[in-house]
Amino acid sequence: MTKFSDLTRMPDARGHFGPYGGRFVSETLSFALDELEKIYLDLRDDPAFQAEFDYDMAYYVGRPSPLYHAERWSRELGGAQIWLKREDLNHTGAHKVNNTIGQALLAKKSGKPRVIAETGAGQHGVATATVAARLGLECEVYMGAADVERQKLNVYRMHLLGAKVIPVESGTRTLKDAMNEALRDWVTNVDDTFYIIGTVAGPHPYPMLVRDFNAVVGREARRQSLEQIGRLPDALIACVGGGSNALGLFYPFVEDDDVAMYGVEAGGDGVETGRHAAPLSSNAPRGVLHGNRTYLMSDEAGQVSDTHSISAGLDYPGVGPEHALWKDVGRVKYVTANDREVLEAFRELTHMEGIMPALESAHALAYAKVLAPTMRPDQHIVVNLSGRGDKDIMTVAKLDGVEF
Amino acid sequence: MNRINQRFTDLKHQGRKALIPFITAGDPAPEHTVGFMHALVEAGADIIELGVPFSDPMADGPVIQKACERALKHGTRLSHLFTMVEEFRQSDTTTPVVLMGYLNPVERLGYQAFADQAANAGIDGVLTVDMPPEEADEFGPILKARGLASIFLVAPTTSNERAATICAHGEGYLYYVSLKGVTGSASLNADDVASHLAPLREMTDLPLCVGFGIRDGATAAEVAKVADGVIVGSALVNQIAENADTPEIIPGLLKAVLGEMRHAMDALNRN
Ligand SMILES: Cc1ncc(COP(=O)(O)O)c(C=O)c1O
Repeated sequence: MTKFSDLTRMPDARGHFGPYGGRFVSETLSFALDELEKIYLDLRDDPAFQAEFDYDMAYYVGRPSPLYHAERWSRELGGAQIWLKREDLNHTGAHKVNNTIGQALLAKKSGKPRVIAETGAGQHGVATATVAARLGLECEVYMGAADVERQKLNVYRMHLLGAKVIPVESGTRTLKDAMNEALRDWVTNVDDTFYIIGTVAGPHPYPMLVRDFNAVVGREARRQSLEQIGRLPDALIACVGGGSNALGLFYPFVEDDDVAMYGVEAGGDGVETGRHAAPLSSNAPRGVLHGNRTYLMSDEAGQVSDTHSISAGLDYPGVGPEHALWKDVGRVKYVTANDREVLEAFRELTHMEGIMPALESAHALAYAKVLAPTMRPDQHIVVNLSGRGDKDIMTVAKLDGVEF
Repeated sequence: MNRINQRFTDLKHQGRKALIPFITAGDPAPEHTVGFMHALVEAGADIIELGVPFSDPMADGPVIQKACERALKHGTRLSHLFTMVEEFRQSDTTTPVVLMGYLNPVERLGYQAFADQAANAGIDGVLTVDMPPEEADEFGPILKARGLASIFLVAPTTSNERAATICAHGEGYLYYVSLKGVTGSASLNADDVASHLAPLREMTDLPLCVGFGIRDGATAAEVAKVADGVIVGSALVNQIAENADTPEIIPGLLKAVLGEMRHAMDALNRN
């Protein structure tokens, strides 16, 4: 049985998180993953690499991001104090940039002149295009055609940054199909291309290194809690698509047994309708997709299911393998927020705090609305505000019947 | 003896090379697959690779992606493949059949149930594209116990060290992927293939078969000069795609494409 303290020592040497994770890829990519793993393990504990990462975090991304006490909203909800970890204030507007800065340093080390990425909401695509522009690398971003449609603003941002956005028409035309296409590109151009994966999924070593780069969020939040609250928070909440912002916040708290953790998946029309993107909370079976074993929404024949969410960044049938393990051992409780609750939370935070969250992040806020009133005013919740809502204004306007 | 090993032993005695067609089961609809398999054998197929349709075929180019979509639209699933092979075996007990696909449908069914049903249906080997030997600790022995060969890929990017591991785990034949890319990619370089096969010959007695980028008789013959077998997929699946509305003419077209390859490969022996 995995103990909580074992969770800090994952994955094992072959990239397994208990029964999950691993490296399920076609043979052509094995060497590239070996190479990436070697580059990363060599650099991980190198003080010069760490200093370079820290420098970029401070002076390019603008870290540390504030931990903001949402006093008015907390009072309104009438329970625990809610603190927002302001990843929305990062350069490019989401936590995604923590990872792309890290992987860009690895890409530089690898000497490859071209980077590719998959993106759902476009935040990871923008963050990748941004680091590529800065390093003078060629950049192509795969994006499901349905997401290109609903995240037009980010598509144009990537274009301005000099990246090429390739709409993916196959399958369900969303994030999973973008990832398929990015993997196909990588197999073809593996000699000169570095694949910057945007979440804690994919084959080993990606789930590990994306987690490590995002763990800056949790390290800061832990220190800020001690400074500003005077103790650790009682609960953490983050939305879970692939799971990178959630792992980033949770990981540095994993041995703090008194800190409860909640991962909020996309409930879509409601888990009971089957139209959702919540593999953990809907008790999806185990499966293998995109290089790792995890919980995966699929039918009885093993075909991957269509997913549904108002938020492109959470519209994915799988979840990072480390979350699968954390579900099994019970360290994190996985819950859902459905589209309606998410929109309500989006509007409420905008009105009451003057902060417009990304629809992805609004999933975490929607659960805070449920959890806070069950707690006392002297208790504290840290919510990961993983990104800002500018990219979603069109979606919300459309629901309001407004056309531009 | 496993049918695959038997077939390669026979071919060796005859001084011939294996011709291995791939089609996606259930494409354009499940009721045609067994007929296509027989047609392929008539045109000179030595082994048949039967693709298991999957919603997310990450290693495949557009041609086989669309084949999967056509097959899935008709509800083709793994259990149907077992029935198809059973039916095929009623009149063909010698041509080896290898299932080729992705891991998730197999995981969903369960390794043991898969191995039992595959063996009972008369399947001879299994190639799981996204399962390298490192991840096959559990699956490999289960297949072996039911007499099913675990077939693995070797790529141009595979190091000699990894190739040795793969050779140690592989059975039936080694599938050498001729190029960096997805199925249906442009064309292979025969000299490049030859230079990669040479070190593999030192490592293993397994037959070395080459796939990806074989389009016609000329490329098939070129590869047959250096390999023990030639695997052809997209060139056949293209015929199915282009004539999906008139499936009755497809067997003849498959025979023409494969027959040309057979002829070109066998002509090598006569020169
Ligand atoms: C703002 C924001 N939050 C969350 C996510 C979901 O990703 P993850 O679960 O990896 O944090 C995305 C993905 O696009 C995003 O843009």
